[in-house]
Amino acid sequence: MAGASPDIARRNNLILAICVAAAVACLPLVVKDVYIQNMLVLTLMYAALSQSWNILSGYCGQISLGHALYFGIGAYATLLLFTKFGVLPWFGMVAGGAIAAVVAAAVGYPCFRLKGHYFVIATIVIAEAGLLLMLNWDWAGAAMGIEVPVRGDSWAKFQFARSKLPYFYFALGLALVAWIVTWKIEDSRWGYWWRAVKDNAEAAESLGVVVFRSKMAAAAVSAFLTAVGGGFYAQFVSYIDPESVMSFQFSLLMALPAVLGGIGTLWGPAVGAAILIPITEVTRSYAGGTGKGFDLIVYGLLVMGIALGRPEGIVGAFSARKRAKAA
Amino acid sequence: MSALLEVRDLTQRFGGLVANADVSIDVRVGEILGLIGPNGAGKSTLFNAIAGVRKPTEGRIGFAGRDVTDLAAPQRCALGIARTFQVVKSFETMSVVENVMVGAFARAASAREAREKARAVLEFTGLGARENAMAQELTPPEKRRLEVARALATEPKLLLLDEAMTGLTPAEARQGVELVRAIRERGVTIVMVEHVMEIVMPLVDRAIVLDLGRVIAEGAPADIVRDERVITAYLGERHRARDA
Amino acid sequence: MTGEAIIQSLASGLLMGLIYGLVAAGLALIFGLMDVVNFAHGEFLMTSMYAAFGLYLAFALDPLASAPFVAAAMFVFGAVVYLGLVRFAMSASANAGMVQIFATFGLAIVMRGLAQLLFTPDYRSIPHSWLGGKTLKVAGIFLPAPQLAGALVSLAAFGALWLVINRTDFGRALEATREDAGAVALVGIDKKRIFALGWGLGGALVGLAGAVLATFFYIYPDVGASFALIAYVTVALGGFGSVFGAFAAGILVGVVEAGTAFILPASLKYLGIYALYLLVVVLRPRGLFGSL
Repeated sequence: MAGASPDIARRNNLILAICVAAAVACLPLVVKDVYIQNMLVLTLMYAALSQSWNILSGYCGQISLGHALYFGIGAYATLLLFTKFGVLPWFGMVAGGAIAAVVAAAVGYPCFRLKGHYFVIATIVIAEAGLLLMLNWDWAGAAMGIEVPVRGDSWAKFQFARSKLPYFYFALGLALVAWIVTWKIEDSRWGYWWRAVKDNAEAAESLGVVVFRSKMAAAAVSAFLTAVGGGFYAQFVSYIDPESVMSFQFSLLMALPAVLGGIGTLWGPAVGAAILIPITEVTRSYAGGTGKGFDLIVYGLLVMGIALGRPEGIVGAFSARKRAKAA
Repeated sequence: MSALLEVRDLTQRFGGLVANADVSIDVRVGEILGLIGPNGAGKSTLFNAIAGVRKPTEGRIGFAGRDVTDLAAPQRCALGIARTFQVVKSFETMSVVENVMVGAFARAASAREAREKARAVLEFTGLGARENAMAQELTPPEKRRLEVARALATEPKLLLLDEAMTGLTPAEARQGVELVRAIRERGVTIVMVEHVMEIVMPLVDRAIVLDLGRVIAEGAPADIVRDERVITAYLGERHRARDA
Repeated sequence: MTGEAIIQSLASGLLMGLIYGLVAAGLALIFGLMDVVNFAHGEFLMTSMYAAFGLYLAFALDPLASAPFVAAAMFVFGAVVYLGLVRFAMSASANAGMVQIFATFGLAIVMRGLAQLLFTPDYRSIPHSWLGGKTLKVAGIFLPAPQLAGALVSLAAFGALWLVINRTDFGRALEATREDAGAVALVGIDKKRIFALGWGLGGALVGLAGAVLATFFYIYPDVGASFALIAYVTVALGGFGSVFGAFAAGILVGVVEAGTAFILPASLKYLGIYALYLLVVVLRPRGLFGSL
């Protein structure tokens, strides 16, 4: 009887995710406002990005504040391959993901020996170094950035000027894929090993977990998905420059939904994004448009409030209560 | 003679400090070996060298006919060496069964298989009823059991127990002793480090006494407790303790 | 590449390095004391710069004259941040490391927002200060006077800090607390009070740095960000928590920055610092002077 319960819980989770995705897919039937559609696209994108960040930082416990690097790599790879070599964005996004995964492994090789704050600062420093290099790389447009040449609406070229909806569905797909990847990994060897590494690396090693390789695997998966998100974002906004895709802001924006929703939980990033991104966007457009900084104040207070009030995140607090009730 | 573990001339230096000097020991298949000695005798250092935490400065370690001196802890685990920690190191944010699954994945292909193995080990170690509790909710003696369960889940040939009985009440220690015997019945060879002689002596087949980094005595428990050098070493500790 | 140019670049690197050391000192102090990285450190600096700017506007006070007042105000501010925020972040029940990072990040964002609200995102500068635009020529080397003054303030501050740490009761309590916060409670030292004073002292140091920078650097809401990253790198290089390690590392960072700008385009000058950081922590995971 007890034997089946985790499997049933997992299956129920999957069904729930598919139902939520289906319900979100129906939203455009009611939501016709372009501004809100735009917000939905961003919310879904950040759900996907934060889910990717959560794989390395939440499950494996390696707090990265440099994921903007992988986001930027995805964005630049997609646009450069398309504008310079005519490679369709679909392949560009995958190529960007692969490059990011390789870069993540190369970055991880020296850095995963670092502990605590040394590691966090290394991730920031490397992302900033990447930003500096892009700002000075003339072939890639340097500080001017690059623009998607308009070729008319087409799925093959992933361009849609008339309607936001194709972007919306792609972002939904991406969020769902990131969720399913996490779901799949959660109940696999890697999933358990990553959590063991996070909780106590020395004990994990004694149980046969190769800690270094575990971190590398988590970094590669996390960077791949983040870069695909970056490629999508480049197509969505159709113009990128280093500051607009690689600034520190993005690293923070990827982390915060997971922090709010619950670090190292399956639903945390999605729940966090659904709350955080609309609030951010609304404050920005209603109060921050004049550069007054209200949006930052609200946002910062929210982050402080989350960190202090709900250190385990919304999902974490919820499941702790459920466990307490069951016991 | 079939030695499962052979330690040859092992020396471990930390800067100028010599923690182990020319230690050579054999562990025979199927035995329970006690590694005892006063505080600072170098037990934990030797233990860590066998588990693969730190490479010895000099000397070799052989396990099941292989030289494992240069292998890291995870590789030694794969060959069949498992350990517990003196200060328990549970995976606090994971449930009891998940803790044990981490170990079970050393030999299991799928999560389902790992879960089944983990449950069987939990039944065996008497933690079956607690499988869904979070590790951080366990009592200290339960955490000690979890350490043992996790290590057993890797299906070791050799189990290293580092002061697994420390801090237990006499009743809990008796249960612990029974568990160690039951593990041996399953064909697992056991090396246990203990500081308190009273706990280990009735349990072990053989004891090795370390003092100041060297092996000073080796033999059956009955002989060890009468050994002059051992008594001096332990008495010396009591004197030192009184002076301090 | 003449020898004179190299010496010139070394000299300006040294001056800037001393200022970097001062910027990082408070961060190192707080980290050493209680293992907390203040991710709002850059915004502390930004606030100090605006404070100096405000005192200039209101009383026509030169930043060098207002530096003590800015430092005093930042002392209070630092202590308040500890008592009102960090104290609670440290007692978090879950994800303690994460909570500290994001609690101070949240504070940083709020401070930036407030700066935008109060002062707009415009770049400000203090047009007529005592030393602004002046240079000294010593043995053929040009030394910009504001940077020179900043470097001297930094030397004086570190000297004073050395005296405080080694010669006062507060300094001894500080040292004892950083070595073993649990044990000091037994000898009657109030840990929370020491922490609050430590944050105050950290704030005062960054206050001095802000006032010094205000004489020659633009003042804007995001100004803290670039200095903060340099400060983190400096603190990590010095060995987290070692105040005088930060002093030495600051000088190194300044010289490397100047050296990089000498070889590569100026826009890439931070690249040398980043490379230095990665190289050092990979080779010596505890920093250059870390003994932890």
